[in-house]
Amino acid sequence: MTQFYQIFFEESSELLAEMENLLLKIDLAAPSKEELDAIFRVAHSIKGGSSTFGFSDMTEVTHILESLLDRVRKGELTLSAEMVDVFLQARDVLLGQLGGHKGDGRPDPAAAEAVCSALKRLASQEAGVVAAPAIKPESIMPPVAAVEQPLPAAGASSAPGGETYQLEFWLPETTTERSRDLLRANLVALGALDERASPPGGAVAGSYVWRLVCSAPETDIWEAMAFIVDTARLKIQAEAAAPGWGLFEEMYQALVPDSEVGASTPAAAASASLPASNVVSLEVPMRTGDLASGATPAPDAAGTKPALNHGRRESDRAAAADATSIRVGVEKVDQLINLAGELVITQAMLLQTASQLDPVLHEKLLNGLAQLDRNTRDLQESVMSIRMMPISFVFSRFPRVVRDLATKLNKAVELKTVGENTELDKGLIEKIADPLNHLVRNSIDHGIESPDKRRAAGKPEKGTITLRASHQGGNIVIEVADDGAGLNRERILAKARSRGMPVSDAMSDADVWMLIFEAGFSTAEVVTDVSGRGVGMDVVRRNIQALGGSVEIESTQGAGSRIMIRLPLTLAILDGLSVKVGDQLFIVPLNHIVESLQPAAQDIKSIRNQGTVVHVRGEYLPVVKLHEMFNIATQVHDMSRGIMVILEAEGAKKALFVDELVGQHQVVIKSLETNYRRVHGVSGATIMGDGRVALIIDAGLLVRNPKPELRLAA
Amino acid sequence: MTQISMSTPTISRQGGVPGAAAGEFLTFTLGTEEYGVDILKVQEIRGYDAVTKIANAPEFIKGVVNLRGIIVPIVDMRIKFNLGDVEYNQFTVVIILNVAQRVVGMVVDSVSDVIMLSADKIKPAPDFAAQFDVGYLIGLGTVDDRMLILMDIERLMSGSEMGLTDSPSLH
Repeated sequence: MTQFYQIFFEESSELLAEMENLLLKIDLAAPSKEELDAIFRVAHSIKGGSSTFGFSDMTEVTHILESLLDRVRKGELTLSAEMVDVFLQARDVLLGQLGGHKGDGRPDPAAAEAVCSALKRLASQEAGVVAAPAIKPESIMPPVAAVEQPLPAAGASSAPGGETYQLEFWLPETTTERSRDLLRANLVALGALDERASPPGGAVAGSYVWRLVCSAPETDIWEAMAFIVDTARLKIQAEAAAPGWGLFEEMYQALVPDSEVGASTPAAAASASLPASNVVSLEVPMRTGDLASGATPAPDAAGTKPALNHGRRESDRAAAADATSIRVGVEKVDQLINLAGELVITQAMLLQTASQLDPVLHEKLLNGLAQLDRNTRDLQESVMSIRMMPISFVFSRFPRVVRDLATKLNKAVELKTVGENTELDKGLIEKIADPLNHLVRNSIDHGIESPDKRRAAGKPEKGTITLRASHQGGNIVIEVADDGAGLNRERILAKARSRGMPVSDAMSDADVWMLIFEAGFSTAEVVTDVSGRGVGMDVVRRNIQALGGSVEIESTQGAGSRIMIRLPLTLAILDGLSVKVGDQLFIVPLNHIVESLQPAAQDIKSIRNQGTVVHVRGEYLPVVKLHEMFNIATQVHDMSRGIMVILEAEGAKKALFVDELVGQHQVVIKSLETNYRRVHGVSGATIMGDGRVALIIDAGLLVRNPKPELRLAA
Repeated sequence: MTQISMSTPTISRQGGVPGAAAGEFLTFTLGTEEYGVDILKVQEIRGYDAVTKIANAPEFIKGVVNLRGIIVPIVDMRIKFNLGDVEYNQFTVVIILNVAQRVVGMVVDSVSDVIMLSADKIKPAPDFAAQFDVGYLIGLGTVDDRMLILMDIERLMSGSEMGLTDSPSLH
């Protein structure tokens, strides 16, 4: 059984995420039936799974949740904001419990209890208001045992458990035989089924009246049918209430022995062997069936209830994704990517060797190699795309963050997301979530003003936060924009001065904005648990830089601010320029290179005879000599004989002095840290076409601070 | 096993793996000295290839090489131990080790043999106290008349002295 735990954990977390999404999207005034059904299904699926695995705490919560949801979707209760809040809390509790079973974190039983009682309270609040003429709201009674007791009115026989229900329902003509079989199987799993009490003459085509003798509560029958028949025209009635129950019982007794469906499963046999006592009739009114065959559960669902739930879950997902997919371990994918990378390297080596051959004599070989070249590139591209995921995986968590935080701070905030389908590497997705979270929280706390202030400023009371993702060249740009107060230049400068930072009033806006990324910098007037402690922004910048990205800020006072995160598309491949210093080859990431040039002697100036600057297009750029930095013996010392590679990172520029440019490559990034350790100024290594290792220059770090000593002194 | 720990109690304490003292050892020479390492830590033996230098690394770290797609650092033990003349020719050998979940290459003068040493052939390393750390020595083995210096290569390579790993204090 344990081998299925993992599947349950993964599925449940996905389901809970889906549930959160649905709850946040739902329109309180006019909740759509599909959405309510979907939320109900989530609770139901988790309930089924957790009871299979014996996670009784989760079963308990989901059961109460499901019961309440069921009544909401049947229109017996009106959805309120309070309910959505409680549902969200229940979702959190479930997530905690799931974590507890998984082994990380400990669930809070008190929270679970609080949610359960809140749910019960909600259920009972309106129970009196709603009259339940046709369908008895048994579903709201949480303890199953209570429902299982025979109705007192039906107590003709002394045996407990067995009750006869009349099921009246309608199936569209398009319903396949398989669905019908499945319905049968579902019901047979609950008890003895009698199909022959069919519709009296004059009934609408496609309507059925079946009888079921079982000990399960009405809700279970309802669940068993709900996924095949149209619930709007499903009527389940306990026979005891019907006037001539004795007749039906007679009928039942006559029919059961030769009911082949009834005898076909052990469960049915077992319940049939119970002394059937209270016969209950079922009535099911039906309407148009919009049941697509896609919603039919898998055939293996015929059987025990857990299996049934499982089948249903599968079909739900299929309906949502509409495409087939398989679950593969990340290590396998990574291995595939590595192998494809190796193949590219081997292929490049072959190509290099073959280039020395006579093209006339070896035409066939060379043609074959050219073909191989194309194929390996295509292969590598497709393999890389496996790791790509839409950024909606990250964005989807923010509606909740915004909602909770806005409520807490008494602000009205609307979240807009743009470009959710932008794809980026899975590794990046995981790592960008935290920095984005910081930024969004910051925007709500500092950016968006309170409704009063906004009204006074002539803005709509509801602030807007926009999350936008897009591709720009080889980068992905993620933007967090708000229409709040914007950054306050004076306040930031004052704060910087009070912390003893070297600032001046002449600094450009961009430079001033970057100050907020300094450690311990917060201009919040009040330190709250949301923000204001000054940790966060510097962590954000550090995390993003560790991913090979950069951050920029645009802000207009009174109109809002915009923070842009620029990230490489993937962590595994990099476009680079190879440069030579002495006998060593280095790769400089292309996305940091502005231009490369050979400077004229008069453009090179020294400062205090120590630092060197080069004059490029009206700017004096500090020169970083790669051979000095990496201690490499080189023949090229005269700057006008070598090449200046102008690097840009975070708005600052520097010139990197190298011997010569070699070429442009797409390189597979290999970690130096796997077998060695971090090297200052180097972000990784790669393997060149000739099999040698070349180090990749950490351009961002080079521009910021090329010498490790400086960092220690700062 | 019990026999080993009774006769040479220092060994089982120093060698991380119980029973690491007795077993098969790959022997190699550094200058005039003969060394041995646990054969199970050895992945392969290969020639010395062109290495890519690493900036500002200690002198004994020659750089990194490409070992079938893996970037592997190369350490020259002759420089590290101040032994013999350091030259690189077609006879120079690199022992690729698998230690502490890492792959490390070790340059030696030559590889001699794989020998079996029983526990009674291994004597505890003498205490040189102040002169140098003997923590990474398992003991001294005797084969015929030769003395073999048995190294706990895992401990040596993962130690801070080699600088092959990020020291935790930097994080």
